[in-house]
Amino acid sequence: MRKMLLGKLGIFLLLKGLRMLTLLIAICFISFLLVKNSPIDPIQAYIGADMLKVGPEQREKIAEYWGLDQPVMVQFLNWGSALLAGDLGTSMIFRRPVAEIIGERFVNSLVLMITAWVLSGVIGFVMGVLSAMKKDTWIDRLIKWYCYTLASTPTFWMGLLMLIVFAVWLGWFPIGLGVPAGVLAADVTIADRIEHLILPAITLSIIGVANVALHTRQKLIDVLASDYVLFARARGERGFILFWRHGLRNVALPAITLQFAAFGELFGGAVLAEQIFSYPGLGQATVEAGLRGDVPLLLGLVIFSTFFVFAGNLIADLIYYAVDPRTRESRMI
Amino acid sequence: MPILEVENLSISFNQYTAGLRRKNIQVISSLHVTLEAGEILAVVGASGSGKSLLAHAILGILPDNALVSGTIKYNGEVLNASTQASLRGKEIALIPQSTNYLDPLMRVGNQVRTSVKTGDATVAQRAVFKRLHLQQSVEKMYPFQLSGGMARRTLLSTAIVSDAKVIIADEPTPGLDPVVMKEALNNFREFADNGCAVMLITHDIESALTIADKIAVFYAGTTVEVAPVEDFTGNGESLRHPYSKALWRALPQNDFIPIPGSQPHPSALPTGCLFAPRCTMATPACSEKQPDMQNIRDGMVRCMHAT
Amino acid sequence: MIQNLHVRKKEENRFSLNRRQRKLITSIVAAILLLGIVVVGALLDEDRIATNLIARNLAPSFDHLFGTDWLGRDMFARTIMGLSLSVKVGLIGAIGSTSIALILGMAAATMGKVADRIISWLIDLFLSVPHLVTLILIAFTLGGGFKGIVMGLVLTHWPSLARVIRAEVMQIRSAEYVQISKQLGKSRGWIAVHHILPHLTPQILIGFMLMFPHVILHESAVTFIGLGLSPHEPAIGIILSESMKYLSAGMWWLAFFPGLCLLMIVQTFDRIGENLRLLLDPTKSND
Ligand SMILES: Nc1ncnc2c1ncn2[C@@H]1O[C@H](COP(=O)(O)OP(=O)(O)O)[C@@H](O)[C@H]1O
Ligand code: SF4
Ligand SMILES: [Mg+2]
Repeated sequence: MRKMLLGKLGIFLLLKGLRMLTLLIAICFISFLLVKNSPIDPIQAYIGADMLKVGPEQREKIAEYWGLDQPVMVQFLNWGSALLAGDLGTSMIFRRPVAEIIGERFVNSLVLMITAWVLSGVIGFVMGVLSAMKKDTWIDRLIKWYCYTLASTPTFWMGLLMLIVFAVWLGWFPIGLGVPAGVLAADVTIADRIEHLILPAITLSIIGVANVALHTRQKLIDVLASDYVLFARARGERGFILFWRHGLRNVALPAITLQFAAFGELFGGAVLAEQIFSYPGLGQATVEAGLRGDVPLLLGLVIFSTFFVFAGNLIADLIYYAVDPRTRESRMI
Repeated sequence: MPILEVENLSISFNQYTAGLRRKNIQVISSLHVTLEAGEILAVVGASGSGKSLLAHAILGILPDNALVSGTIKYNGEVLNASTQASLRGKEIALIPQSTNYLDPLMRVGNQVRTSVKTGDATVAQRAVFKRLHLQQSVEKMYPFQLSGGMARRTLLSTAIVSDAKVIIADEPTPGLDPVVMKEALNNFREFADNGCAVMLITHDIESALTIADKIAVFYAGTTVEVAPVEDFTGNGESLRHPYSKALWRALPQNDFIPIPGSQPHPSALPTGCLFAPRCTMATPACSEKQPDMQNIRDGMVRCMHAT
Repeated sequence: MIQNLHVRKKEENRFSLNRRQRKLITSIVAAILLLGIVVVGALLDEDRIATNLIARNLAPSFDHLFGTDWLGRDMFARTIMGLSLSVKVGLIGAIGSTSIALILGMAAATMGKVADRIISWLIDLFLSVPHLVTLILIAFTLGGGFKGIVMGLVLTHWPSLARVIRAEVMQIRSAEYVQISKQLGKSRGWIAVHHILPHLTPQILIGFMLMFPHVILHESAVTFIGLGLSPHEPAIGIILSESMKYLSAGMWWLAFFPGLCLLMIVQTFDRIGENLRLLLDPTKSND
């Protein structure tokens, strides 16, 4: 029994993995072609402000050094084989290995995203439950109004509002930068980091709440209208007990899954929030790479963010697999 | 005094139809039914005649877009939403119509235990499972793992362990094998003999006749006849309403002749007697106004030509 | 004795409109409002936002409802022009993306298993990279600016609508009257035009209206981070990104009003889309 289940899980993972692999290869190839066709000059990205001082011979040398003088297919193969060996190349603007930069920045972004993810998940879930249990009351209307408004709110504008209120007017928080300017990285304290984390995390959470809350609300309304809740009511259950016994278990799983499947949006939100609060994470790096034409870094980030999304989807699938009894325990008769 | 009395019950639904209009569909109209302690009342009628809605109305669990009028009395006391809520599961228990009524993510043993109001829930649940020939391992299963018959028996168990005075069983027998079915019906008889009341909603007139005391016949959202079970005999001469007679004669062991035509949809009810379009005894007067319920020979009937 | 067992919570008055009629009317009013903004924004000429060094950095007042910026430009006029631009870009993006969704959705449903597989794989492909990252990548490829952002918007918003259309077409195709037409020897094209497209129109309309606000939000986001519309355009994203330099000087109005207006536009479109769905899809609208 157990063995067969594991076997099924193995096949499931294998198929998933294969699909992800084809997608990943395609994404690498397409992104590579795209960035190679960009009119933004990668050599300029490398040289930066010294452009005027560089003559044509030097340009050629630089191009040769980066392999930019070769046919695109050759470049792709070179890049691809390096990629397979775990080498993402060297960032042109930071002049350091892309993998190193991504690793460093990911830690920062991860703290930000996890905070926002947990906060928005928990608060959104509670709001959705409250709203559905009190359907058509003022609480429900308030929560619905809040969520619909938030769903239409530009993330970056919300960030600006937070800046205006908490950083400029109240002066509680610094206006930007992940670490205080002029302080050596080694001297940055945990408290400093937390201080710079709060505003972007709150911004992301405020926005992220809407999706979970509306989804949970709808799901719970459906559950409350289901035959099994009708029967539970016929047996005298109501209010919180009813929710606890029949609502929670039927709503929690889809909500958690939704949160994991929303990693892509979380990443997008982080791009904007990091940009506004000058928070040194992956999102900010993505914008920098795009604006300044750092091809290796941009490609590395595209691939990494794809992995990030895949991870979320995979976890969502696995949770269903592990938790939902309908997939966990196969038919026993 | 009857333990449960339903008088003049009407139920309608508000529905949006295509475009911008809204419609009110009457699905149950001036329905009367009484239930005495110690007796089994079988409710029979075609599907869509409003049997389940009656059950849900008694318990006060109709959907929000339902409009209800009429009175429901329990032990002589007129019920309202809050008294209904306090009776549910304690005094009145429901055995629902379909096995979808089990929570898909809860082990069935636990679902039965939540119905136990006094005493050790686990002991009660195991005892009733044993009685209904369900193995103890079933209590750890989820509804999707049960066969149709097992799910039916689980539903039955929830009512049996509840200690309710009134049990409303909404088509509890489909999918049960003959042995378990007999056991289930005997259970109902035992309940009634112990002073409870059972409303047995069913398609299966034959097995209803073997245990019921009275039969209520439903047609298009109202009761057309309530008769003692003894009247269902011979060619149906003792029955009062043309529909009940036809229903009786349509049974395989009798003439086995189906009734021509079909029950009208709630949105297209005829004026006058609801059965008139299919009635062989209909006269022009029948189509003018809906006949009232009248008492005839120890039973009730809604037909102006009844004898 | 008749007594109400279950008094309905919201007994509606006979003279008031029912909920659906109200929804229809609010939708129409909102649509007119939006149209007004686009027209006014297009009619406003550059004079309205000319540099006026005497009226620099003014807080909101009756003369300048949304205040003025560091060059003395009226923020109200800039905002309206920005919104008008947003709606225009959004319109192009949403029309383009809806067309892709329509073509791919129909193709997936009618051109056999292989086509279906390929398109479903393509949808997965687009959903695998965070949306904003895809937009940045495409904008980068096209060197930023109007072309880049519009292409990005067109190329990235179609997947979910394509799925809806695919499902819808599959359903229509299996319907009886279509099967009969097939047996009568009608061509694929004839069936598509006479049976499938008419049934699809409401879905397309709803999908388009619900996609629109997303397109607008994404445009402004990409423009805000500097990879979208050029800084010379009066776009909301540009206005907000410029405002960041002046926030620490306390000029909150530079960011507050333009963003708020953008929010309201997006929300209005969203509402119209939702109302449209309720009106056209009666199965979901009885609660
Ligand atoms: N929520 C509802 N909205 C509208 N009509 C309903 C609803 N529930 C039941 N009905 C209608 O009421 C009638 C009676 O239904 P029901 O009581 O389930 O019949 P039965 O149990 O006798 O088969 C049916 O015609 C059904 O279509
Ligand atoms: S009232 Fe008339 S139509 Fe109705 S059942 Fe009696 S005889 Fe038939
Ligand atoms: Mg029924």
